[in-house]
Amino acid sequence: MSPATSLPRWADVVLLPALNVALAFLAAGLVVLAIGENPLEATALLLRGALGHAEGLGFTLYYATNFVFTGLAVAVAFHAGLFNIGGEGQAMLGGIGAAAAALALGHLPGAVALPAAILAAALCGAGWAAVPGWLQARRGSHVVITTIMFNFIASALLVYLLVDVLRPEGMMEPSSRGFASGARLPFIHEAVAPLGLALPKTPLNLAFPLALLAALLVWLLIYRSRLGYAIRIVGANPEAARYAGISPAKITVLAMAISGALAGMMAVNEILGVQHRLLLAFTAGYGFVGIAVALMGRGHPAGIVLAALLFGVLYQGGTELAFDKPNISRDMIVVIQGLVVLFAGALEFMLRPALARVLQRRRRG
Amino acid sequence: MDAPAIELIGIDKRFGAVHANRAVSLAVRAGTIHGVIGENGAGKSTLMSILFGFYEADSGEIRVHGRPARILNPADAIAAGIGMVHQHFMLVAPMRVAENVMLGAEGGALTAGGLARARAEIARFGREYGLLVDPDAIVGELSVGLQQRVEIIKALYRGAEILILDEPTGVLTPAETEQLFRVLDELRRQGRTILLITHKLREIMAITDTVSVMRRGEMVAHLETRATNPRALAELMVGRAIQPPMRDIPAAEGRPLLEVENLTVTDARGIPRVRNVSFSIRAGEILGIAGVSGNGQSELVEAIAGMMPRASGAIRIAGRAVPEAADAARIRAMGLAHVPEDRHRMGLVTAFPAYESAMLGRQDAPRYRAGPFVDLAAAIADTAGKMARFDVRPPDPLLKTANFSGGNQQKIVLAREIETDPDVLIVAQPTRGVDIGAIAFIHRRILDLKAAGKAILLVSVELDELFALADRILVMCGGALVGTRRREETDQNEIGLMMAGLDNAGAEAVP
Repeated sequence: MSPATSLPRWADVVLLPALNVALAFLAAGLVVLAIGENPLEATALLLRGALGHAEGLGFTLYYATNFVFTGLAVAVAFHAGLFNIGGEGQAMLGGIGAAAAALALGHLPGAVALPAAILAAALCGAGWAAVPGWLQARRGSHVVITTIMFNFIASALLVYLLVDVLRPEGMMEPSSRGFASGARLPFIHEAVAPLGLALPKTPLNLAFPLALLAALLVWLLIYRSRLGYAIRIVGANPEAARYAGISPAKITVLAMAISGALAGMMAVNEILGVQHRLLLAFTAGYGFVGIAVALMGRGHPAGIVLAALLFGVLYQGGTELAFDKPNISRDMIVVIQGLVVLFAGALEFMLRPALARVLQRRRRG
Repeated sequence: MDAPAIELIGIDKRFGAVHANRAVSLAVRAGTIHGVIGENGAGKSTLMSILFGFYEADSGEIRVHGRPARILNPADAIAAGIGMVHQHFMLVAPMRVAENVMLGAEGGALTAGGLARARAEIARFGREYGLLVDPDAIVGELSVGLQQRVEIIKALYRGAEILILDEPTGVLTPAETEQLFRVLDELRRQGRTILLITHKLREIMAITDTVSVMRRGEMVAHLETRATNPRALAELMVGRAIQPPMRDIPAAEGRPLLEVENLTVTDARGIPRVRNVSFSIRAGEILGIAGVSGNGQSELVEAIAGMMPRASGAIRIAGRAVPEAADAARIRAMGLAHVPEDRHRMGLVTAFPAYESAMLGRQDAPRYRAGPFVDLAAAIADTAGKMARFDVRPPDPLLKTANFSGGNQQKIVLAREIETDPDVLIVAQPTRGVDIGAIAFIHRRILDLKAAGKAILLVSVELDELFALADRILVMCGGALVGTRRREETDQNEIGLMMAGLDNAGAEAVP
């Protein structure tokens, strides 16, 4: 990069993303204004709905859990120079794995059934992503294409399993039977009840701390481990990897598998934590939003947790906003998300040169 | 006296904290060849980019034939009669010469008229300046020297009276360089003005009338070429007296540490790049490989270093056979160190902090290891030590690799490779893009390693470098060995002829 656009680290990591998000909200505000609503009022409603009360906060964190997993998944692949947009499919496979383990082992105590089901979710997601990784490494088939295709295959597989295999006799809805109690991840409000804390009932469950733990582990993996070093070298400079004796093919498969495992873990939140059965469309686009989360978080686990929180706020606050203001539909939230992705992702560096100039002038002056 | 063809007055340009040009002034008389020399990063390229309209100067004035000119983009420069031949050609390889020449000057929706004009002009340039080239040849199939001719023709076709050539000889054989100089001489005779950017003092002495020296963004001297000498110019470039490296450590006749037998390497498309090459290097010996870039040297090095599979042949390091399946990491463990030809492309990861570049290829070495993790403290301390011993500036292991100058980046690579105490060191283009001060340092380190009884394979396109360091020089052309000469029994002329695929009798040595 030319020295003309170099920024101090704090500006690069904090100021620039903050400005980009502010710009996105400004643009969204104009849209809200255009449909005849007061943007300030809408923002207040959105924030209050997402953060203003314990129940809203619970929902916000529950959504954020999904985004942390799918965001981390995209980021790990991205560090290896791979664009994994198959988070949806990998999450579906994670769900199938989790459900299979939960249905088979749910009668056992949670200490046995839950780790097994979580592991199954991760392994199935990993396997589903490793295949496109292998195709890329050995055959040169681009992961962007193959992971999209694998989303469709996963979706068809899920439909087949739910309609023809897992659906209990006589049930109309394509879903599996409910899991036994051993395979249900406790809700947070249940988990804190013995401590004398009374929290409102929300879908927030133990997958949330698990997501934070995953973020920490991904940070250790990427920035502190030798495997992470190899992954970053393959992503930053495949020629240097070849020079260093690191096999880009091996790393490609491995990074995709880790990425898929993280995407698959999303099912831990949805399937083991909330639904307690396997059902259609539980991935609900979280896999794709993970791309935006990873872009906004700059591929850094801490940034991803923050971006996931922001998207959690948008999801939860947006639902409440749509409820209070019939004029502002759910689609409006999609517009805001789109603007965030546009400004924080696609136009990430738009403000960079101008910011660099301003900071430089200040430093000199 | 006429106004100068080009006059730069007080050109100033900053990139962030970097002051690339400081109040630079320069005047070039019409009909002369003016050389601009300076170390890497001295600001030559920035200055020429300003003259050709890639950058706008922060302050200062450009005058063309005495008239102030506003040059904000290359189109302005071309309109002012300035043409530029870039170091990296800007040609469309699958197109014909005439089509390339016409590009951007087609003159209408149909190309027939433009093509006819281009053809006529190409023929005229051939007659007038000796710029002979077949207008119907596919550019991608031409030799590098001819491609450069197409670039010059392109500039002239656009009416360039003033021609800027940026490091034009870096990719040429000595013979092609000679031809280029004849063309430049002819252009000068017919009144065109030429600005020659180079770091090769020999070329400055051979062809220029006047010369300017840049150092750290400033013009430090304007001289008549006749009134100066290479040594004085080199000292002006560096800003201090230069000591030539102590060379004459006699070649020890130790045991062979690197043996290569009948090595053949084919690329991914099945085209042979290295043909049946054999040689061996003894302990305490430096074997130089000469050749015009792209004649199999890179593939030879990559095959020995385990980055490219060999089609056939055997390699032994310190007597031990290197298995065919061995990758770069395995071969390193057998005692080979490798300074790659292109440090940006493979020797470093420029986006990473220096300590992460300083462990590249050694990432699994016990000293950087803490279970599955990188021992961060050890890696940083180790890099700090390397930086101190190799005089890397600034000595900051946490600074991003990209923020070091070329010479300092190369020192990081060299420190990493030399300090593993290898039996065999491969160094490819060790001083490409490295400033003169660092060149002497790097050469000294290579000679230290020779004195320590290591075998060194030195690949370089700079004959000066090969003659300064190598005990024997092996010449490659078209992937094959043309011949081997002991340094004291040959000269640059003979090696140059061999590089072109001719032996000293002038006959074709390679089919």
